[in-house]
Amino acid sequence: MSLESFSLSYALSASLKREFLLAARQKSELFNPLLFFLVVVIFVPLGITPDKVFLAKLAPGMIWVFALLATLLSLESLFKADYEDGSLEQMLVSPLSLVWVIGVKVFCHWLLTGVPLTLLAPVLGIMLFLPADAYLGLMVSLLIGTACLSLIGAIGAALTVSLRRGGLVLSLIVMPLYVPILIFGADTVNSVAQGLPYLFSLLILCVFFFLALIGAPFASAGALRISVTA
Amino acid sequence: MSLLRFSEFTCWRSDEALFEPVDFTLESGDIVQVVGPNGAGKTTLLRCLCGLYNDYRGDIIWMDASWRSQFYEFSQHLLYLGHNTGVKKSLTAAENLSWYLGVQEGSAALSRVEGALAEVGLESYVDTPCQELSAGQLRRVALARLYATERKLWVLDEPFTAIDIAGVAELEHHLQNHVAQGGTVLLTTHQALAIRQVKSLTLVPCSQELSLES
Repeated sequence: MSLESFSLSYALSASLKREFLLAARQKSELFNPLLFFLVVVIFVPLGITPDKVFLAKLAPGMIWVFALLATLLSLESLFKADYEDGSLEQMLVSPLSLVWVIGVKVFCHWLLTGVPLTLLAPVLGIMLFLPADAYLGLMVSLLIGTACLSLIGAIGAALTVSLRRGGLVLSLIVMPLYVPILIFGADTVNSVAQGLPYLFSLLILCVFFFLALIGAPFASAGALRISVTA
Repeated sequence: MSLLRFSEFTCWRSDEALFEPVDFTLESGDIVQVVGPNGAGKTTLLRCLCGLYNDYRGDIIWMDASWRSQFYEFSQHLLYLGHNTGVKKSLTAAENLSWYLGVQEGSAALSRVEGALAEVGLESYVDTPCQELSAGQLRRVALARLYATERKLWVLDEPFTAIDIAGVAELEHHLQNHVAQGGTVLLTTHQALAIRQVKSLTLVPCSQELSLES
């Protein structure tokens, strides 16, 4: 009765399929962060100033801050539903390592939150008069940056999954870790917009990404195990 | 040879033992009912066995060694069904079971999805989203795992909850089939079982005075 038929690739594809099915059936969770992102950026010119030059200066930082907050908004639900309905227990008991389970979840979170935010960003750039040269920089930095945000956010989500109102604690845990990503992400876009060398900031962002890719799944797996077994 | 042996085993919660240490042996072909009053630690004992709870004293011996030291191998023989069964309401019955089998067993088990759902009386609900099912039917979606997998040790926490009389009889019959083929069942239930050869593992709650003295 050993598991000769168990295969990692098949277990991963089954997990991926489930995540996509769940996302497709709960569209509101998909659109909430995007809507937040869109609405807040629309409000900026209305609330501050419609001045072209001034807004163009603000644009990179603004878009980055709001993308970060939109990601934060979607983090709490990352493991919550699976924790509450017992799916997480089944994943812990399964032969599929928890690190892979988290990898799949984080990948889907990035694909369904980070990537849409990145795709939406140029539209918001137009609203905020972002200089034409900066669009590519904005999208590349957001694409890498949101992956970091999803990876690091998973640690916070795993630590707070068993708390009834974990949202605030989650923000407090994750915010300090998000600071360097925000600094170098926004700096990349700013540098591109002003025609300054931007490669350094972008590379630092890549370093953060690889560090998070290596460390975050293991840290999240440990945190999740503690949350479930406590 | 014994399959599982609890040796001086007890679970702790907030620095107190939940129940008196138990010594108990499970053989292949046993149906064991964990018995004890509410709060005695029945669920905690089952969760601990499945690696979902860590505060314990004593040990459980599986294949001549502590089960925690070889948990990956142990978990390949284990099927756990808890209070929360992990059935997603927005997925259909077949999608739920397919995911479970994909993660637990591999692709070979996938051909058993429809057969297993038919076994639990859900043949006409295969593609129905689970939010349209009743509480008993939801439980049956989870119980279909017992028909689709080939695990040796079943750990079932209140498997009869919300199941109708005919369903309980069928499930009891299935448990007997499983142990007849050399499987083992460890379960909690407050229902009187119609199965004759049930052994019981009794948990005696630790009295407060005793733990204060020690």
